[in-house]
Amino acid sequence: MVASVTSFGRNGLSDWIIQRFTAVVLAAYTVFILGYLIYNPELTYEQWSGLFACTAMRIFSLLALLCIGAHAWVGLWTVSTDYMRSTAVRLSFQAFFGVVLFAYVVWGIQILWG
Amino acid sequence: MLVSIYRYNPEKDQVPYMEDIEVEIPEGRDLMVLDVLHLVKAKDSSVAYRRSCREGVCGSDGLNMNGKNGLACITPLSDVVKKGKLVIRPLPGLPVIRDLVVDMSMFYKQYEKIKPFLINDTPAPAIERLQTPEEREKLDGLYECILCACCSTACPSFWWNPDKFVGPSGLLQAYRFLADSRDTATQERLADLDDPFSVFRCRGIMNCVNVCPKGLNPTRAIGHIRGMLLQRST
Repeated sequence: MVASVTSFGRNGLSDWIIQRFTAVVLAAYTVFILGYLIYNPELTYEQWSGLFACTAMRIFSLLALLCIGAHAWVGLWTVSTDYMRSTAVRLSFQAFFGVVLFAYVVWGIQILWG
Repeated sequence: MLVSIYRYNPEKDQVPYMEDIEVEIPEGRDLMVLDVLHLVKAKDSSVAYRRSCREGVCGSDGLNMNGKNGLACITPLSDVVKKGKLVIRPLPGLPVIRDLVVDMSMFYKQYEKIKPFLINDTPAPAIERLQTPEEREKLDGLYECILCACCSTACPSFWWNPDKFVGPSGLLQAYRFLADSRDTATQERLADLDDPFSVFRCRGIMNCVNVCPKGLNPTRAIGHIRGMLLQRST
């Protein structure tokens, strides 16, 4: 048993499930947005802001935003533990991207609900 | 034919280097790479490599031939030689002891970790522990592993974390005992594997399946282990 205190879900199984689940949500969100853009070639600002004003879309967008944060953390954590041998470099990398991802999530919420 | 061989003798060489040796291949015959190594050895007896059974059973001559891992004794030249040149290197990712001989300690340590033996605390029956043909069938494609290390040394996850990631070979063996109806330590075995590295460092790129000289599928076994871990925890 190899312990790890910096992984997202603290154990391999939850990290793995989180990554799979978030990938499905992100794929669904991407397909929806692309589909919406393709079926509305003459999209107006009112239509676009109307889409994001409805509660269902806000829930979906917020879910996708949180999923990006979790998905990116699992991925970056994996990359850092693969390629960064020095503990100081690895921890700094993880701390830096932890803050960046947190900032992106807060910024995204502000855009959605602001 | 031109054979380029990885050479390194820690007693003499500062750094490893590639040595080109011209070898006469007999007309009209498709030699195995191991035969070519014998021809090389006849020219330069200082070339070091492991070999034993020379028929793909012992697993001691795992090498990297023109970029792909395999057993030299059962790899025909026609399968690997491109543009008349054969490049032979030791298995990647393991420390080189000399020339094509690698230190397999890390590989064996991971194998040891998965407790590669049957655990059963119930009293032994008078004759043997019986299995139904269906239960026995579950071990097919698992027990055939000869521990040649071709798969684990083709796996980038094993290159980067050989001390933490069990590797495809070890995990294939782990599933061999998880799937065995006679083994009673399933829960303990799963608990030992449930961390971010031992199993889950596998990213499913299937290099292991691509190189296994016995045609086994460690990625599928790893998938089964994930399924069992999931079932145990949800």
